[in-house]
Amino acid sequence: MVESPLARIALRLATAVTLAFIYLPLLVIALYAFNNTRTQAWPIHGLTLSWFDKALHNPGARDALLTSLKAGLGATALALLLGSLAAFAVQRYRFFGRETVSFLVILPIALPGIVTGMALNATFRSIFEPFGVGLGLFTVIVGHATFCIVVVYNNVVARLRRTSRSIEEASMDLGADTWQTFLYVTLPAIRTALLAGGLLAFALSFDEIIVTNFTAGDQQTLPLWIFTNLSRPNQLPIVNVVAVLVVLLSAIPVYIAQRLTQEAGVAAPAAAAAGARQ
Amino acid sequence: MGWLVLAYLGSLAVLFVAAFWRLDPFTATVVHQLGFDNFRTLWETHVYRTIALRTVGIAAAVTVTDAILAFPIAYYMARVASPRVRGLLLVAILMPLWSSYLVKVYAWRTMLQEGGVVNWALSPLGLTGPGFGNTATWLVFSYLWLPFMILPVYAGLERIPSSLIEASGDLGARAGRTFREVILPLAFPAVVAGSIFTFSLTLGDYITPQLVSNNQFIGNVVYDNVGIANNLPFAAAFATVPVIVMIGYLLVARRLGAFESL
Repeated sequence: MVESPLARIALRLATAVTLAFIYLPLLVIALYAFNNTRTQAWPIHGLTLSWFDKALHNPGARDALLTSLKAGLGATALALLLGSLAAFAVQRYRFFGRETVSFLVILPIALPGIVTGMALNATFRSIFEPFGVGLGLFTVIVGHATFCIVVVYNNVVARLRRTSRSIEEASMDLGADTWQTFLYVTLPAIRTALLAGGLLAFALSFDEIIVTNFTAGDQQTLPLWIFTNLSRPNQLPIVNVVAVLVVLLSAIPVYIAQRLTQEAGVAAPAAAAAGARQ
Repeated sequence: MGWLVLAYLGSLAVLFVAAFWRLDPFTATVVHQLGFDNFRTLWETHVYRTIALRTVGIAAAVTVTDAILAFPIAYYMARVASPRVRGLLLVAILMPLWSSYLVKVYAWRTMLQEGGVVNWALSPLGLTGPGFGNTATWLVFSYLWLPFMILPVYAGLERIPSSLIEASGDLGARAGRTFREVILPLAFPAVVAGSIFTFSLTLGDYITPQLVSNNQFIGNVVYDNVGIANNLPFAAAFATVPVIVMIGYLLVARRLGAFESL
C-alpha cells in the first residue's frame, strides 16, 4: 500500500461525508414522519406518533399499500417463474435464438423507462383489451414482471454457472428421475439465488413509478399515491409516513438479498438495477 | 408468454415507425404516412432544442459530478478498508441503489423548499440554497445515481493488482504520480462503465425534473404528448433522441473498454 497516513485520513473522511450525503435525506424524511406540526418547516419542534395512526386509517394509502403488495407479489412470482426458466434454458441448453434470449432480457437496460412504458401501454391495450381486460392490477403485474425478470435471471444464471452439471448427472446415475434430481439437487443449489432474486424483484416493483404510470389505469400503487398527494399540502404528513414505509419495505428485502449473495460480483447488480430503474 | 414478447417487440417497432407518422392538426388523428415532419418540428422549434440540450447537458454534468464524488469512497473501499468494513460499506451503498427512488426525490423536494433543511443549514453562512430549478435537478440526479457510479469504480479499482502500484513506487514515482499515471488510466474504463448508468438514467427520467424544477426534460415532453396531447407520433420522435444519444454513447464506451468493467 502506498497511501500515506494523511491520504488515508482524507479518504476515510471523504467516505464518511459521502455516506452521510447518501443517507441524510432519508433520515430527514424519517424525522418528518414524527413531526408534530402540519407544516414541513425545518427545524421541527416536537415529535409525535399520531401521523402513523392517521396514515393507517387513511383509506387511500391503505388501498394503495394493498395494491402495491399485490402487484409486488404477483410480479415477483411471475419473474421467479419466467426468469429462472429463461436462466435454465440459456445456461443448460444450446438452441436457436439462445443469444436472443439474453438480449431480450437485457433490452430494458438499453431503453429509457418512458419508452418501455409507452410500448407496454400500447401492447396491453392492443392485446388485453379485446379480451375485456383493461389497464389495472393485472397489467401492472405483467409490466413490473418485465423488469423484474432481469433480476431473477441474472441471479440464477450466475448461480448455475458456478454449480457443476456433474452433481446432477451423479444424481441421475444414482437412479433419481428428473423430478427428484430437480427437487433434491438443483433446487437446493439455486435456492438462495432464487430467494435473493425474488426479494430484489419485490423491492423494485414496490417503488417503481414510471412503468406503473403507463400501465396502472385507475389503480394506485403506493408510489403513485405519494406522487399524486405531493401537491396536497394537507396530506404531506401522511405522505411522510408512507414514504418511510416504502423505504423500509423495499430496503429490508434488499438487505436480506445482499446478505444471501455476498459472493456475487458487485458491478452486475448495478447493471441489473439500472436496467430495472430505467 | 411468447406472444407477449412478440407483442412488446412489435409495439417497440410500431413506436419507432410512429415517429415518422404525423398528427393531423385539424382532426387530431394520426396520419399513417411516413415523413420527417416530427423531426423537422423538433429541430426547428427553439423550445425543443433547448429541452434536448438541457437534458443532455445535465446528464453530462451529473456524470462528471458522480465520477468525482464516487472516486474517493470507491478507492477507500477497494484499497484501504478492512474486509469487514468493505462488506458493510457495500451493503450500505447497494441498499439505496435498489430502493426508494421516489422517496429520495421527495426528500430532496422537502429539503430544498423554502424553510427546508438546505436553507436552514446554509443560513448561518449567509447563503441560500438553489431552490427549485436546473441546479436542483442536477443535485438530485447526482444524488440518485451516485451508487451506480460507486460500484463499478470500486470493482475497477479492486482489480488493479497491488504489485503494479508497488512497482511504480519502486521505480521512484511519488504517490501523486502513481495515482495519475498508473491508477487513473487503469480505473478509467470502470468510470466510463459507471457513466453509462448515470448518463442514461438521467436522460430517461421525467419524474425528478417535474418535482424539483419547472424546467422540462425530454421525458416530460414525451409524457405530455402521450397522455395529454395524445400526439403519439411526436412523442415517439422525441423519444428517439435519448435512444440515439445512448447508442452513440455506448459505442464510444465500448471503444474505451467500459464493457469489460461491467
